[in-house]
Amino acid sequence: MTHKSEFTHHLRRYFQRASEALFKELRSGEELTLSLKAEDQLYVRFNGNLVRQNTNVEQINLTLGYQGGGRTVSQSTTVSGNADRDIPHLLHLLNACREEARVLPSDPYQVPFQNNGESYNEFQGELPPVDQLFDEITAPAAGLDLAGLFAGGASIRANRNSHGQDHWFATETFFMDYSLYDGPRAAKGVYAGAQWNSTDWAANLARTREQLQLLSLPQQNIKPGRYRTYLAPGAVSELLSILSWGGFSASAWKHGYCPFKKLAEGEAKLSPLFTLKENFSLGLCPRFNSMGEVAPETLTLIENGELREFLVSSKTAKEYGLKSNAAERSESPRSPEIAAGSIDEKQILREIGTGLYLSNLHYLNWSDHMSARITGMTRYACFWVENGEIAGPIKDLRFDESMYEALGSKLVGLTSTSEIEPAVGTYDIRSVGGVRVPGMLIDDFTFTL
Amino acid sequence: MIEVLIDGHFGYAGTADLSAEGLKRALDRAIEATRAASKKRVFRFTTEERPNARGEYRSIRQKNLDETSLAEITDCLMAASKAMSISDTIANRVASAMIIQTQTDFFSTSGAEIRQNFDLVNIDFAATAVRGSESQTRTYSKMGQWGGEVFEKDFFVAEAERTAKEALELIEAENCPEGKFDLLLYPDQMILQIHESIGHPLEIDRILGDERNYAGWSFVKPEDFGRLQYGSPLMNVTFDPTQPHEFASYAFDDSGNPATKEFLIKDGILLRGLGSLESQRRSQLLGVANYRSSSWNRAPIDRMANINLEPGALSLEELVSQMKRGVIMKTNRSWSIDDYRNKFQFGCEYGQWVEDGRIVKTVKNPNYRGITVDFWNRLVGVGNADLVETLGSPYCGKGEPNQVIRVGHSSPPCLFREVEVFGGHA
Repeated sequence: MTHKSEFTHHLRRYFQRASEALFKELRSGEELTLSLKAEDQLYVRFNGNLVRQNTNVEQINLTLGYQGGGRTVSQSTTVSGNADRDIPHLLHLLNACREEARVLPSDPYQVPFQNNGESYNEFQGELPPVDQLFDEITAPAAGLDLAGLFAGGASIRANRNSHGQDHWFATETFFMDYSLYDGPRAAKGVYAGAQWNSTDWAANLARTREQLQLLSLPQQNIKPGRYRTYLAPGAVSELLSILSWGGFSASAWKHGYCPFKKLAEGEAKLSPLFTLKENFSLGLCPRFNSMGEVAPETLTLIENGELREFLVSSKTAKEYGLKSNAAERSESPRSPEIAAGSIDEKQILREIGTGLYLSNLHYLNWSDHMSARITGMTRYACFWVENGEIAGPIKDLRFDESMYEALGSKLVGLTSTSEIEPAVGTYDIRSVGGVRVPGMLIDDFTFTL
Repeated sequence: MIEVLIDGHFGYAGTADLSAEGLKRALDRAIEATRAASKKRVFRFTTEERPNARGEYRSIRQKNLDETSLAEITDCLMAASKAMSISDTIANRVASAMIIQTQTDFFSTSGAEIRQNFDLVNIDFAATAVRGSESQTRTYSKMGQWGGEVFEKDFFVAEAERTAKEALELIEAENCPEGKFDLLLYPDQMILQIHESIGHPLEIDRILGDERNYAGWSFVKPEDFGRLQYGSPLMNVTFDPTQPHEFASYAFDDSGNPATKEFLIKDGILLRGLGSLESQRRSQLLGVANYRSSSWNRAPIDRMANINLEPGALSLEELVSQMKRGVIMKTNRSWSIDDYRNKFQFGCEYGQWVEDGRIVKTVKNPNYRGITVDFWNRLVGVGNADLVETLGSPYCGKGEPNQVIRVGHSSPPCLFREVEVFGGHA
């Protein structure tokens, strides 16, 4: 097993040195926040249980947040990790901030930097060495058509500012996000953690393979219509992802494009069975945001169908006279959890009776913000259930449904057990975090194509 | 980004440490992982997939972006934002500019030496009108490879004002009717239709299954090339990275392959896929120069560049006159399509209801849905060259690890017969 901690330890010292070099150059009336995102990852893409591409990425990205003379400027850069070489470049960027501030109008919603405290969290992991990794992954999948992505290594988020704020979060984890194919039929799996374990990986594969075997039952021809529908945790996670795009944002509400505007203004309610909160105690991502502001450990957004609180960034708070809850500027949940319900997951086929079991959804988007309507596709292991038994897989269906209804009057219940769905996003840099969600049973879910 | 070829397998290591020591460390890591991975390689490649090319490319511009001051740009955007402030009903205004200058240098041990410099500009305006629980947003975009000449204050002020006026118009408008109607798509929706239902399904790495675990597979089969009637005979689609000012123009892809214009679909028949030299070798299909990385930290994959629908012969008046009962739709606002690129549903910001060849009224929340090949075979009218608009997207997502890259699309307005159309719900 190998450790990536050398990168992490080096970066800790580097970040302290680089930030101190910048802070001591600040002039009267200037403040600076330095935000760091970094990773040392190995990415491996598989097709047909073979390697398509392998890519090592070592990257360190720094963002300077500058305030001076009532102006706000930020400058981001990728650095080498060698402080002697990088500090002159960072000082040049600090000067660029000053020059930009001279020509920009004053920022009426500037939130002055302050010391939001200190935190330090590091989690070490154990990953297979490179020369064994490819066999570790492919050997248990011999004979299977596997496609997917392995990502493993160190991920770091940190933040320091000129008032003394100092936050550090570093993890060494992996995920294997994959699907198994039998011709066009496919089943989805994710194996993730901090300690790679060959037995656990083989067991994870075996579970996905069992689901794939169910897909060999006769295909059911299901026409568009309204069906009692079970969304497994993987599908609920997709739904939550699109809901998070403006659905819980105070800024989106004030700017007129929040899909839950009617919920906010008391014109609509969701089901009393539906409760959603930010829960940083899951330990999936840091509580501090890119400004170093620290969110409460838990924050209830929707409780028993009623809106308790939107996510409010400090900038939105300043603009609209609201109270900030240390949300990120995007005001999307970072560690959301949907409360579990009372349906026994083992009895889910009986609970469905006759209807649809959907393991995953695909390519969701708002189709009508005002009615909180979302469209998307079914994907992977999705079945027609008849009288409490799986009849067979379905052809992909398109749904188009209002969340006021799906999470409101049509919501039958949620399963009593939840699953953590780890973040597997890797745009520019590997994401940290994840969601915790149960399964969800909905009546008369609308399918259109 | 360092690429190595070991035992027929390409592997990569990216670092921002460009010192000799940093590059050596990245090279060693690329070699270590690639040597181990080559025992499980998906295909045996050779240096033939890395042409020995030399050359340069630079975006065409009249004025260097470096010579356009931040003050000028800010002034232009502030003026546009102010121009949208035409009513208290406009609750939010956005004016933004994204300016990217990129230089790529490509060297290989096979002798390739390529330098490309890109000047990219993306300007967006948005006005949101709010009344009670109703809100409507109208947007404007201009994007492409430009210099500082693109910041024309008077032009942007006029476009910003129109954008806000149309947001107000939508607040007053009726919902788009539901039914099977003629559908006239303006270029700023056509680009999305082209992107999702032509560009992605023709990517050969999707057809080969590389993308199955992320964005998905494709309904297009290798045997469809040269045979499939993808759309009506009016449909002509090209891959063209040679267009001046289009967002994804370049001279070479990131394998060093020289870029040329190629027909993907001619007279409605599918001819060629979007596949790099690696995908062409694996699939034995005709491809293009489209092996592209989003940045230094990602390996190249098959990508769209500029995918354009070639103009036809009809004026706007002639297109509208062919509509018995139908809807004109402008500017994409919602998009979703399945993982095989068959069943889509798209929504637009602005609609107009047409009866007997005449525009009758504005309608809000216009949406339509369909299935790719069936939809393109409903194409009955293509606008002429004067009506072509060139746009694109800075945010095309694909790949594992994920990559977001710029793409360009141009199209005239196009008319489709008997499409399933619907509006918003109360």
